[in-house]
Amino acid sequence: MNKDLRNPLARARGLGSAKEGVSHWMLQRVTALGLIFLTLWFIGTILSLLHADYATARATLGKPWNAVLLIALIVTMFRHATLGLQVVIEDYVHTRWLEVASLVIIKFIAVLAALTGVLAVLRVALGS
Amino acid sequence: MAQTGRPLSPHLQVYKWQVQMVSSILHRATGIINAVGSLVIVWGLASIAAGPEAFATFTGIAGSAFGTILLIAWTLNFFYHLCNGIRHLAQDAGAGYAVQSFIRSSWMSIVGAVVLTALVWAYVLTGSHA
Repeated sequence: MNKDLRNPLARARGLGSAKEGVSHWMLQRVTALGLIFLTLWFIGTILSLLHADYATARATLGKPWNAVLLIALIVTMFRHATLGLQVVIEDYVHTRWLEVASLVIIKFIAVLAALTGVLAVLRVALGS
Repeated sequence: MAQTGRPLSPHLQVYKWQVQMVSSILHRATGIINAVGSLVIVWGLASIAAGPEAFATFTGIAGSAFGTILLIAWTLNFFYHLCNGIRHLAQDAGAGYAVQSFIRSSWMSIVGAVVLTALVWAYVLTGSHA
């Protein structure tokens, strides 16, 4: 007798009951790996700008490579943050409506903040 | 959660505190604080885009005594999450599961965070970067 209670098709798809397989887990790690490099570069950039005046800070932010890496940092950082906060909320918020509301609110805040950051970088990089 | 009246697990209040549980709890706590910190990064970037006055307000608050204390705390918070995150990536790859190396790597995350924070702020506070 087959002891595996899972449908063979479900097993082959490997998506589990949430229908997303290991994508949450994997994306958390891939963004983590990217953030190791992006955050260390960011800290190095900030340290090189200590006590810099406004014009220097703006010119640095507007350099193409810096702008690209900053946008990568912003997107990766907020994706990683929402994935992490989601797990914490799912683990500790046991009132269902509060859990769902929190999950939606952190995603709204993350998207708005990420868009704000990207727009700020683009405004400086494109010089408007 | 269903209110069954049965005792819940784990019983944090009767556990003997061990560094492994501290490192795990700290990873979540520092992650939450970093999420808040990411908003500060956006604030800084937006202030540069907005103009000299907004940037002066931002650097004024960040450079005040209170702001500096928060920045130092944030640096420590960040470096702990970074060090322990690298530790988690190594463990996800299957490394370091023996109890002794688990304990050792927990301490490495904590000590690493303190050392990196000290290095960064020694540079910030003592260097002459005008």
